[in-house]
Amino acid sequence: MTSPPIVLRLSGITKRFGPLVANDSISLTLHKGEVLALLGENGAGKTTLMNILFGHYVADEGTIEAFGQPLPPGSPRAALAAGIGMVHQHFTLADNLSVLDNIAVGTESLWRPRSDRAAAKAKLLDLARRFGLEVRPDALVGDLSVGERQRAEILKALYRDARVLILDEPTAVLTPQESASLFDTLRLLTADGLAVVFISHKMNEVFAASDTVAVLRGGRLVATRRTAETDREELAELMVGRALKPPTPTPLEPGEPVLTLTGVTVASGHGRPLLDGVDLTVRRRQIVGIAGVSGNGQTALAELVSGLIHPDSGTMALKGEAAGNASPAEMVRRGVARIPEDRHAAGLVGAMAVWENLIAERYHDPAFQRFGLIRRGAARAYAEEVIKAFDVRCPGPDARTQLLSGGNMQKLILGRTLAHGPDLILASQPTRGLDVGAVSYVHGRLLEARAAGAGVLVISEDLDEILALADGIAVAYHGRLTPVLPHGRVSVRQLGLLMAGHWEILPEIVDAA
Amino acid sequence: MELFQTILDILVSAAFWTAVLRIATPYILGTLGELLCERAGVLNLGIEGIMTMGAMAGWMAVYQGADLWTGVLVAALCGGLMGLLHATLTVPLGLSQHVAGIGVTLLGTSLSYFVYRLVLPQASTPPTIEPFQPLALPGALAQTPMTYMALILVAVVAYVLYRTPVGLAVRMVGENPAAAEAQGLSVTAVRIGAVVAGSALMALAGAFLTLSAFNAFFFNMVNGRGWICIALVVFASWRPGKALLGAVLFAAFDALQLRLQQVAGGVLPYQLFLMMPYLLSILALVLVARRASYPRALMIPYRKGER
Repeated sequence: MTSPPIVLRLSGITKRFGPLVANDSISLTLHKGEVLALLGENGAGKTTLMNILFGHYVADEGTIEAFGQPLPPGSPRAALAAGIGMVHQHFTLADNLSVLDNIAVGTESLWRPRSDRAAAKAKLLDLARRFGLEVRPDALVGDLSVGERQRAEILKALYRDARVLILDEPTAVLTPQESASLFDTLRLLTADGLAVVFISHKMNEVFAASDTVAVLRGGRLVATRRTAETDREELAELMVGRALKPPTPTPLEPGEPVLTLTGVTVASGHGRPLLDGVDLTVRRRQIVGIAGVSGNGQTALAELVSGLIHPDSGTMALKGEAAGNASPAEMVRRGVARIPEDRHAAGLVGAMAVWENLIAERYHDPAFQRFGLIRRGAARAYAEEVIKAFDVRCPGPDARTQLLSGGNMQKLILGRTLAHGPDLILASQPTRGLDVGAVSYVHGRLLEARAAGAGVLVISEDLDEILALADGIAVAYHGRLTPVLPHGRVSVRQLGLLMAGHWEILPEIVDAA
Repeated sequence: MELFQTILDILVSAAFWTAVLRIATPYILGTLGELLCERAGVLNLGIEGIMTMGAMAGWMAVYQGADLWTGVLVAALCGGLMGLLHATLTVPLGLSQHVAGIGVTLLGTSLSYFVYRLVLPQASTPPTIEPFQPLALPGALAQTPMTYMALILVAVVAYVLYRTPVGLAVRMVGENPAAAEAQGLSVTAVRIGAVVAGSALMALAGAFLTLSAFNAFFFNMVNGRGWICIALVVFASWRPGKALLGAVLFAAFDALQLRLQQVAGGVLPYQLFLMMPYLLSILALVLVARRASYPRALMIPYRKGER
């Protein structure tokens, strides 16, 4: 049997951002009908490589050949014309335009006196039917669910007659069921002769969907394997460069409650409330994980526990005392430590120094101020301690915070929040965008805090993270929260159904538990 | 009661509506122009200066012997050039759209006065030209050709925006330039094109003042009309049809206050009447604009390949 023809050949691609070498002489080939998984940690250069392929970036060195023809660098237009389509991790759709408009824009000559919408719609519906991608052409993109948006993105590429489809972390935003349906679609596409590259850092997806896997580390291609001929351990080691032992929680007996929510409702000002009758208890020495697809009330829950918003009805108590109307500063004073969802927007001030960020929650403490003047010496000495204790890789306390990598920023936030032995830790997406090494560090620290007697509330869209950490799991859907289900008594399939709103299965889980 | 009767009498008179359409014309053209720029994601605060430029350039061409329609064309070209300046500063260079726009307004206004004085150093009473005459049609239809042109342009801009590929491209770059780029469009080219075309429309608004409404160019004649257009774009929720409605509504308030001044001028200070259209506009803006959905990428410079 001869191997299928090569559709794409990348040779010696090198890309530098200043001193950083994002891609170091990478060469890859892709065959017709093949699914290639591009596996690697964050910052390994996967997305950069695909952005070069699609023409968003221009490579410093190296060439790309598509279907035997050289591909001109730096032009998405040329990539599209060569039959390459890309589904970006952050969708490139305009919310205020219809699905059809988003898909058709740029496909006709700009100087046609009239758009042929009827023909465009017919072609779109035909593609949707052939590949099982259900879509509403006239709906505004802003009204679509995340899964529907992804289908629109895939259709956008197919509409352009793409023969090579690039998917950048396609499952990051999907429920397990939606991911499975995406993989079904991929099989239909490859059966039709398309070649697919999908970027991932999740091992189980690589085994679920790919034929070949290419592993990137630190900008270099470290290995290419047939998926069938490799295993998890080998890939993990290739990806991280060393054997990695994830921290494992030891069973602990939970203590008294630190956070109690009873029937908390927060109105949104329009339509469905942000939080709708939420009951939740987090105890000492316990990690409660909130699972759910993004936009189901997780942000509101985090803001509530941070003191940024207050319940419209229902009560919130910290260590048994009412805290419904406490300000953010008061919540901090009463022992709540927060790891915010977006470390750039709400966690740190990038333009300020490391030591300034470290005392941002405590600058009024007499340890750091006297007569309203900051005691710089004391603050810097404290910063040195935290930097050392939390292994923050930075030039020193005076470094600009924005120069730190994502993982080191998160360590800085951990240092700020955990240094004082908090009672309750609110961790929103604590490892979003971090590489495997940093993830395991953050998890280890959270487990240590739990052992030291803190209650931990982990809100994460990454189900693997919840499963790795939580003693109990509650699922958020449309602002409501399931009861906390004991870890080990609920399967991934059941969690996926709950995340998609099928709460009718709740009684059987609760009964079984 | 008497006042109510007076207002009613005014509202049913043909002369009133003739005036409304005349007053509305520069607002229609200016708002269309600003709308086009903003739909592509570029705020154009140069409008006041570009209108002044159009008023001066159109008038000057006719004063130098060109016919009226050539004057209109010259005004549009000058506006397009000013638009190109604004677009160059804000699109490929990515400068602050506020600062660049205010700069363009200051430049356009001063340059207009400067050129006018350069050509006519001695004129103490402004020299005049023979302007467009109203068509011989009954009632409120007796308008100059430029007013009809403005009304037609409303339909043209609406058609282009919603029915043609180039209009979809303009809306796309104003909503999500990264998405437009991923579809193979050049964000830079589309934005520059929209700003140039929009600025040409603004200059037509200015040219209406000197070639149709009056017959001379004098200082301060644009008199804040450009700023009103910026508010009208918001009032219109970035839609051409509603822009027409907004411009006519504002003009109606203006025409009404002029007439009320004549009737009740002895009772109340005339400044109160002058304030009326602006107060009513603010009120309308507050009521309408609260749920306006603006182009998402408005005022955000797009830089390719940025991470």
